Amino acid sequence: MNDDIVLKTQDLTKHYGGVHALEKANFEIRKGEHVAIMGDNGAGKSTFVRQITGVEQRTSGKVWLYGDEVHFAGPLDAREAGIETVFQTLALADDLDVPDNLFLGREITKFDWLGPFRFLDYKAMRKATIAGLEKTAVKIPNIRNTIQNMSGGQRQCVAIARTATFHSRLTIMDEPTAALGVQETAQVENIIRTLKEAGEPLILISHNMRQVMDLVDRIVVFRRGRICANLRKEETDGQDIVAYITGAKTQPEYADAA
Amino acid sequence: MADTSHGTGGLTFDKSKRSWPNELNVALALIIIIVIFEVLGQVLPYMNGQSFLFDTKDRFDGPLGLFNVARLQIIILQVAIIGIIALGVTQVIITAGIDLSSGPLVAATAMIAMSFGQTELVNGNPNPKALFGPWAMDLPVLVPIVIGLTFGAFIGAVNGTFIAYFRIPPFIATLGMFLICRGIALWWSGGNPVSFPTESYKALGAGMMPVVWFLSLAVVFHIVLRHTVYGKHTYAIGSNEEAARMSGINVRRHKVMVYMIASMLAAFAGIILSSKASTAQAGMGEFYELFAIAMAVIGGISLTGGRGSIIGTVLGAMVLGFIRSGFTYIKLDGSYQLMAMGGIIIAAVILDQYRQRNRA
Repeated sequence: MNDDIVLKTQDLTKHYGGVHALEKANFEIRKGEHVAIMGDNGAGKSTFVRQITGVEQRTSGKVWLYGDEVHFAGPLDAREAGIETVFQTLALADDLDVPDNLFLGREITKFDWLGPFRFLDYKAMRKATIAGLEKTAVKIPNIRNTIQNMSGGQRQCVAIARTATFHSRLTIMDEPTAALGVQETAQVENIIRTLKEAGEPLILISHNMRQVMDLVDRIVVFRRGRICANLRKEETDGQDIVAYITGAKTQPEYADAA
Repeated sequence: MADTSHGTGGLTFDKSKRSWPNELNVALALIIIIVIFEVLGQVLPYMNGQSFLFDTKDRFDGPLGLFNVARLQIIILQVAIIGIIALGVTQVIITAGIDLSSGPLVAATAMIAMSFGQTELVNGNPNPKALFGPWAMDLPVLVPIVIGLTFGAFIGAVNGTFIAYFRIPPFIATLGMFLICRGIALWWSGGNPVSFPTESYKALGAGMMPVVWFLSLAVVFHIVLRHTVYGKHTYAIGSNEEAARMSGINVRRHKVMVYMIASMLAAFAGIILSSKASTAQAGMGEFYELFAIAMAVIGGISLTGGRGSIIGTVLGAMVLGFIRSGFTYIKLDGSYQLMAMGGIIIAAVILDQYRQRNRA
């Protein structure tokens, strides 16, 4: 297998009872690459993400991460393997501050022999948080603020900053700007550009055509649970992509999907 | 925000920027309450200028101190045992749960623990209230403590299991346990009191010992909630259970642990109460669960979870204690006391909600 490949799926399939939500998806992403996944509602985008992040168990198919075949029992498994996901619904605890949220579930601790009562190393977590925020160029006035006092954009930035803090090997963002205003969207897009410059691979799920054309190298289109196109950005445009999304066009190599 | 144009400007964790802590509000309320009673003492004609908090000449023959120490001791002694329960209830409420079973659990544990802490001979005669044979008499004090805490842990584990694994609402699960525990307390000795404990059992709750236990447990659990993984996960679960689960926290196991700790604290309160009273009765601890919840609520806890602290609850306990003592001091009838306390609890919640709205 090619050393360059970060994540590869082969015939990834998910059935919910009789519903074929995802059918034989063959997907790959290479080092430093930013790939967008597009498609109509119910096309299988989120289902695909849920299979590779261990949130759900796939019906069949194989997944490789950096050449190793992987089987995640749960989201924590995937995270430990280096897949960081920014979910559509923000997975943040409102009453906790920024470092608490970044390190939730994997705190830096002291006196580990105390088991569940081991002590939190606040200082180390603050330091790592600031480093992570600097890496993503996220601006948050005061990291000791609780999340509830922050704007939607700042919250999303905190969620994204997690990925930078933990040296993720693959970042997945599921519609990161769907609920944000213009300025906040620009802020999140800037973070994505920073990740690109740093050579961090990213899968972006988005409905926003301008955003996709601005940010990614390659676009994979899902339709009715199948992949129907794999397009390099330079070789396509918005109208072309819409044709694939709606079913007006299908790439020849995916013809059996139509 | 001065610089929002570029760079990483403004990345700080400036202590001065932290928001006004809720505990200060409760402390402020406490001071206001004391001042009000002090003023009432001077103003009300039948009080003869008596002081609420300060030592005055006409009360004692001995040397004059600054504060009325005797009153302060009684105030804190009165809230100490319920305060121990409130420390556990605080943790449960932070996870957005509730524990109604603690009052009856106090009674049940008092009965069970004391029946292993009885003394064989009372004034040279066999213990008239002996529940078991000679084998259970004059055991080391550790035996009733361990048995009592184990019983509490078991009740808490049952509560937690029903709530976390069978998804029964905490209100219902602990309401059921409320009745079960009262039943256990009545069944244990057929409704008879269990009395005449050993000297070492008596010593557990003698004098100011309940206060010592309350305050040292408060310090321990303050540190646990603020500085340990257990505490952080407790807040996270109450704040956003889904986020906690997605972050890899074993939410169900953690909830069971929280209810176990809460019930063990209530069980410990039962041991101390029976020790202080030198007897255990099935009707003990009536309304304790509600006063424990009230202490946490006055201390600024949010019943929707994620917010609250041990310091707040300790201050809440003090507020309740000072109000109760103050009403007695101005010779307010017990029936009025209950009504007024009910009003104060509701007012505390209204004030807190108002504050929340203003902040958001």
